[in-house]
Amino acid sequence: MNKFPIEIEKGLTTDEYILNMGPQHPSTHGVLRVVLKMDGEVVKDAIPDVGYIHTGLEKMFENRKYEQIIPYTDRTDYLSAVNNNLAYCLAVEKLLGIEVPERAKIMRVILCELNRIMSHLLWYSAYGLDMGALTPIIYAFREREEVIDLVESMTGGRLTHNALRIGGFKYDLPKDFIYKLKNFISHFNDRIDEYEALLINNVIFVNRTKDIGVLKKEIAISYGVTGPSLRGSDISYDLRKIEPYSGYEKFEFDVCTGKNGDTLDRCKVRMNEMRQSIRILEQAIDHLKDGDIMAKVPKVIKPAPGEIYCAVEGPRGETGVYIVSDGSEKPYRIKLRSPSFSNLSVLKEIVVGYKIADLVAIMGSLDLVIPEIDR
Amino acid sequence: MELIKDILYNTDKILKDFYNWAYKLWSSFNLPFFILDIVFYLLITLAVAAFLVFNALFIIYYDRKVAAKFQVRYGPNRVGYKGILQTVADTIKLLIKEDINADKVDKIVFFLAPFLVFIPSFLVFLVIPFGKGLIPADLNIGILYVLAITGLSVLGILSAGWASNNKYSLIGGMRSAAQIISYEIPMVLVILSVLLLSGSLKMGDIINAQSSISKWFIFVQPIGFILFLIAGNAEINRAPFDLPEAESELVSGFITEYSAMKFAFFFLAEYTNLFLTSAIATTLFLGGWQGPFLPPFVWFIIKTYLVITLLMWFRWTFPRIRVDHLMEFSWKYLTPIAFVNLIATAILVKFI
Repeated sequence: MNKFPIEIEKGLTTDEYILNMGPQHPSTHGVLRVVLKMDGEVVKDAIPDVGYIHTGLEKMFENRKYEQIIPYTDRTDYLSAVNNNLAYCLAVEKLLGIEVPERAKIMRVILCELNRIMSHLLWYSAYGLDMGALTPIIYAFREREEVIDLVESMTGGRLTHNALRIGGFKYDLPKDFIYKLKNFISHFNDRIDEYEALLINNVIFVNRTKDIGVLKKEIAISYGVTGPSLRGSDISYDLRKIEPYSGYEKFEFDVCTGKNGDTLDRCKVRMNEMRQSIRILEQAIDHLKDGDIMAKVPKVIKPAPGEIYCAVEGPRGETGVYIVSDGSEKPYRIKLRSPSFSNLSVLKEIVVGYKIADLVAIMGSLDLVIPEIDR
Repeated sequence: MELIKDILYNTDKILKDFYNWAYKLWSSFNLPFFILDIVFYLLITLAVAAFLVFNALFIIYYDRKVAAKFQVRYGPNRVGYKGILQTVADTIKLLIKEDINADKVDKIVFFLAPFLVFIPSFLVFLVIPFGKGLIPADLNIGILYVLAITGLSVLGILSAGWASNNKYSLIGGMRSAAQIISYEIPMVLVILSVLLLSGSLKMGDIINAQSSISKWFIFVQPIGFILFLIAGNAEINRAPFDLPEAESELVSGFITEYSAMKFAFFFLAEYTNLFLTSAIATTLFLGGWQGPFLPPFVWFIIKTYLVITLLMWFRWTFPRIRVDHLMEFSWKYLTPIAFVNLIATAILVKFI
């Protein structure tokens, strides 16, 4: 009996095949599944399959009171939890017509920018792993640890810190916080230079990312891509500048953009954004004045019937919250607009025709967070 | 102390004396001599196997410590003094783990592949000159033998990728075949230019041709040394050329489906190959076991570990090369440079 019958065809033919990348794969960064149609090493089609960690968060919101929802928003984009908090709090505050005290606004900015640095550092280290460089992760985590310690001293939490309240802040800054922050700012810019020298400017890295996964302006806009992925395509769109919230209008900073919209540009935008965050933090220390940290908020939060959309510029893009209120203690409906979802949907447009190694590079450069996609 | 010094300096003489003594003893019993020869060959094989295993254990530990130094951390430091027994513990863990055979694998090839990868690297030890006279067999085709045998390991990797019946493994196997074959060419060309200088394929003669530091081939052939390191690093599939097992792309490439002892064999082969490449680089370019003050064997180990450290440095610094860049790099840059180097060496040897 012939166990492995060999049929020799006339003339060699090649065939396309389906490769299942994920839900468990080292470089999908979570339980994301991408169904790839491959021709040898070349990607012919990429269909993202989301929903593996769907938690029904938006439905859960409908059965919670307004103030109970804040910790849930942490869990969507857990790498920059405060940006989700802020988008939600801003929306409710707008609905209630509450003006947040100045000090709380600046504290929110500090926390947001620290979160942005945290998130970008994690992206940097994970991207290093994606590209096969195993050392950058440890270097980036060294500084990320410092940032997390700062955030911990400020809020008590390290990752999902549930820091904000509707109308301001729960706790004031600890006494030595400003000193620690200044200490961090003083050496972090040098460290960013070090990261760039180690990975971003490395010739192998540049070869692998330059002109790879070019995201054209029109495609980026039509898919609703936001954040550094959009700015890499030379579109200066940053909610902090365009539609300032929480006192961002007072700060001077540049919106970092790339030129070609390739993977390298997206990487560079993120590195430069960390430098801008440091600039914002430096100014925030000067802006920080003594005062209240909590506005007068009614004991029972019952917004008038109506709807509101509020968005902030998260590390991944526009993090939006849309609330429909029916006048009761609980929201009628909350819809989260997560940047990763839109950014993932553009994957197919920019990955077709590249190799599987490029797919990893491109997907990493979009900086996806899966719980945010599935919600 | 004197005794240790004596043993280290005159290992070959002591071994020869021992052999002669056993020979005499044997002849007094009137037994056929081929049995004694077989016993001696077995003893040598056993010694080499023991060296290989313990050396691989140490290199793995060393790799992790070096990685830790590069990454500002401690590395293994719990099992044994400064974690020196960590790899032993890991090996025991691998030995007692369940050996998983997936349902749809090609059973025979799947079983044979780890050995096909490991045996060539074991065989190469036959011509590695550990010290003065300390070479299992100084073949007159020494370096050619090395090239022929190391070329075999691609078979094992390819069959591992094929037999696993896993698309990631298959891609890994194909990548590895393409990679090893392309990088063999610049490597052979570089070795050829060294052979032009030494005038012999024999390992002993190559070392004798580098009798003083100024005659070390690294100074005569600096480009050759760099080319050899790059090509050698690519031959043994280590970062930045670790495409066949690229973790972020192919999960683990051709070893995805392997577990327990079979996995350990791949691992052992990888680190043995690392040692071998460094040992051959030492022999070809760094004067082999020659050096002042210290015994030959110690010099050989020191030089080899220097080269190993260099390769580890590459590994923990660079990102991974993409597969088509890898091919381009070999065919468009390394091979032409190696050719030019070979021709220049030939002219040099002919006219000077």
